[in-house]
Amino acid sequence: MAARKANEARIVITGVGLTAPNGNNLAEFRKNLLAGKSGIQKFKIRYMGEVLAGICHFDPLKYQKKKELRRGTRAGSIAIYCAQEAIADAKLDLDGLDKSRTGVYLGITEHGTVETENEIYEIKQFDYNVKYWSHHHNPRVVANNPAGEVTLNLGITGPHYTLGAACAGGNIGLIQGLQMLLLNEVDLALSGGVSESTSSFGIFAGFKSEGALASHPDPEKACRPFDKDRNGVVVSEGGCIFVLERLSDALKRGAKIYSEIVGYAINSDATDFIFPSAERQVECMKLALNKVGISPGDIDIINTHGTGTTEGDPVECQAIREVFGEYPHAYLNNTKSFVGHTMGAAGALELAGNLPSFEDYIVHPTINLDHLDPECPLNNLVINEPKKIDKVDYILNNSFGMLGINSVVIVKRFEE
Amino acid sequence: MTKEQIKDTILKIIAQIIPDEDLSNLKDDIPIREQVELDSMDFLDIIMELRKRYGIEVPEDDYIQLATLDSSVAYLEPRMREL
Repeated sequence: MAARKANEARIVITGVGLTAPNGNNLAEFRKNLLAGKSGIQKFKIRYMGEVLAGICHFDPLKYQKKKELRRGTRAGSIAIYCAQEAIADAKLDLDGLDKSRTGVYLGITEHGTVETENEIYEIKQFDYNVKYWSHHHNPRVVANNPAGEVTLNLGITGPHYTLGAACAGGNIGLIQGLQMLLLNEVDLALSGGVSESTSSFGIFAGFKSEGALASHPDPEKACRPFDKDRNGVVVSEGGCIFVLERLSDALKRGAKIYSEIVGYAINSDATDFIFPSAERQVECMKLALNKVGISPGDIDIINTHGTGTTEGDPVECQAIREVFGEYPHAYLNNTKSFVGHTMGAAGALELAGNLPSFEDYIVHPTINLDHLDPECPLNNLVINEPKKIDKVDYILNNSFGMLGINSVVIVKRFEE
Repeated sequence: MTKEQIKDTILKIIAQIIPDEDLSNLKDDIPIREQVELDSMDFLDIIMELRKRYGIEVPEDDYIQLATLDSSVAYLEPRMREL
């Protein structure tokens, strides 16, 4: 085990705000993950017609005025909802908060495609005359938009920015917040990830052109990681923002502590635009484990990245077997099988869905797994039904993205 | 359009741009921005809506003409009379 750290150098999660296609807060999300309830539905989108998607059903007017909704972006709205919910969940008094010492760090897969598509569609009605192009375009598409909208809504004057990291974005937002707390740049971090991807036809069309857009007569069965009959990604929107604090601050105010973030790693494949590398995923998981100073045998739950693509899933399985093969103790699950791929939100949202395991000792399953692909053999994959286990001390969360970005986060049951 | 219809049109555009505001007591002769929360980006939305819906171009130098409801109707009437 690593040497014990001072409480000022330990970062804990004290609040969770989220919206997923099957839940608008952690309790609801968790309940549906344990009940096997998917959130995938049929959805109509410009040029594509009917597709399958994960749409969030939170009430944006809970924290925003109608004018703010008109002016801002869907990602901004998701981020505001999640940030406000996280602060409420952490029982932080917004007025008492030192807003200059609060930072907003959000992972994104992409931003601006939705707004650009909308504007081009709009000027098409005017024969592409750019004098009809909106003056709202630039503030909507700047890459910091979702995090910036949070600061406008909450009056936060500390730093805010997004971290573009493809589908590893959620984990990387979390890691950035942790690092800024350790550097004493802020006292409170609103960290996680968001995605508005379902409002962009281009993202659906892009996956379709790659031959990697999931289809199924029953929308709820479309996302099938590790199943022999999987046929691609289900595009979803979503968001998850954590309140992160130094343990010393959290203890001082008597905060509820969900878990401690003890390890993380980020690396790059440097091999391909799309296809992942098992070798670098192995390296990433090992880097994170080494940072904590634990062995693979100490991990109790592994939340896999598996998106349901033919090519990607076996690579992650191979990487997990290589790291955990000699330690067949950890149970594995997959959250995308319920909610699809929430892109920039995925890492954070999927971690959130597993945090209650520290309390209830239940591993939520991977659903839609009828025929395990022989290319994806994994020990202790929790299939279709939740599994009660005896020990949950460490959870490892994988999130990988295009251009070969890998991220791993390890959280630990909180103990003083 | 009659002057009354023009005023109605302007109010409808404003209602769409600032949907949270109550416009029922808007005074005709007091600058709109003194009565409701309407910033410069919202104002540009009014200009854009006039362009998109009615093909009316309001040059920047004339923006001042759209300060009150009365002055807006007076400015737009010759441009919208035939609509």
